[in-house]
Amino acid sequence: MSQSIDRREFLKLAGLGGIVFASTLRSRIANAADAQAADDFYFVQLSDPHWGFQGPPNPDAKGTLKKAIAAVNGLSDQPDFIVFTGDLTHTTDDPKERRQRLAQFREIASELKVKDVRFMPGEHDASLDHGEAFQEFFGPTHYTFDHKGVHFIALDNVSDPRAMIGDEQLQWLSADLAKQRPDANIVILTHRPLFDLYPQWDWATRDGAKAIDLLMPHRNVTVFYGHIHQEHHKMTGHIAHHAAMGLMFPLPAPGSQPKRDPLPWDPEHPYRGLGFRDVDAEVKTSEFKLTEFPVKGA
Amino acid sequence: MRTERRKLLVGLSSLVGLAAIGAVGAATQPKEKVIKILARKFTYSPNHLDLKLGVPVILEFTTADVLMGFNAPDFQVRADIMPGKVEQVRLVPDKVGNFSFLCDIFCGSGHESMNGTITVSA
Repeated sequence: MSQSIDRREFLKLAGLGGIVFASTLRSRIANAADAQAADDFYFVQLSDPHWGFQGPPNPDAKGTLKKAIAAVNGLSDQPDFIVFTGDLTHTTDDPKERRQRLAQFREIASELKVKDVRFMPGEHDASLDHGEAFQEFFGPTHYTFDHKGVHFIALDNVSDPRAMIGDEQLQWLSADLAKQRPDANIVILTHRPLFDLYPQWDWATRDGAKAIDLLMPHRNVTVFYGHIHQEHHKMTGHIAHHAAMGLMFPLPAPGSQPKRDPLPWDPEHPYRGLGFRDVDAEVKTSEFKLTEFPVKGA
Repeated sequence: MRTERRKLLVGLSSLVGLAAIGAVGAATQPKEKVIKILARKFTYSPNHLDLKLGVPVILEFTTADVLMGFNAPDFQVRADIMPGKVEQVRLVPDKVGNFSFLCDIFCGSGHESMNGTITVSA
């Protein structure tokens, strides 16, 4: 049997299954000229693999990320690139162990067929050493890149343990945005929500509102983030924010229980709440189409 | 001369009056209760506060080890708790119920379980 599969058959054949959630939010490609110049493309967002975690919330802690990577590799139509939006590793107080986990994670991620992979830190990777170990393995914690008419900005809201972007990075963001047209198509990649999703569970960025203020003059902005281990969609004005599922344990809906403890593993529905998404940038219809893929045991 | 004495008496009586008002003011405004809270990896002691609606308190923080945070979002009160320093914040319980507080400065492997509750009763 061929390992190459059509994305539409993805769920049935690649060890991923169940319900597909798809949502579409309009985000116009800059203008007609850009639309003609740009091609349709898609990228995959994976988030919060928490490599190194051990505990009852995931009896397959060493296998889940590998299953997800095998599934992505099974796509006949490979994404243009892949992003990991933070918490690549589970935190440890031991700097040596942190580096071992980062090294193991990098080794596993190197199994992806697609070699254009963008990494971002989460607070578990970076908050105890201001991103030092992360940078040794993956380079800068904030950066930009352009792809087929879309301007991507990776924002770091975790290397400062206070969950702040910081004035220096905000100035960098402001300078970068000043070079973009008001109708430029901009995608923000980050770990924590930029808005106050649920500060009672630390689901916020203390100075995230400043970043949103800087983005507001731009008409076409979409934010993809992680941190909360579940799908979530929110608009702040015209800016769309999309949280992705995690790849280690799901967390409860904001405020749905007294504490944000991981949801228990359900043997009847293993891997429930874990997964990743692909993001289709469709130039002709000027849309980002999100498709959520739950992980399922092979 | 009489006029000057009269002025002096009036002035003195005014001062006495002001002092009396100040004393009454102090007497009717009880000193706010200070609740001492020690933060350490990865707990607050105490980690449960019982407060009365509308009765302000002063929360006085110290940390036994690293930089910690205190954040009670429902009351818009937060503090950085720095080693070697005493940090005070005033909290006015303006709603009844149970509310969580948490450490909002990533402080180590147990950070995510470093939290507590505030119970406000009428």
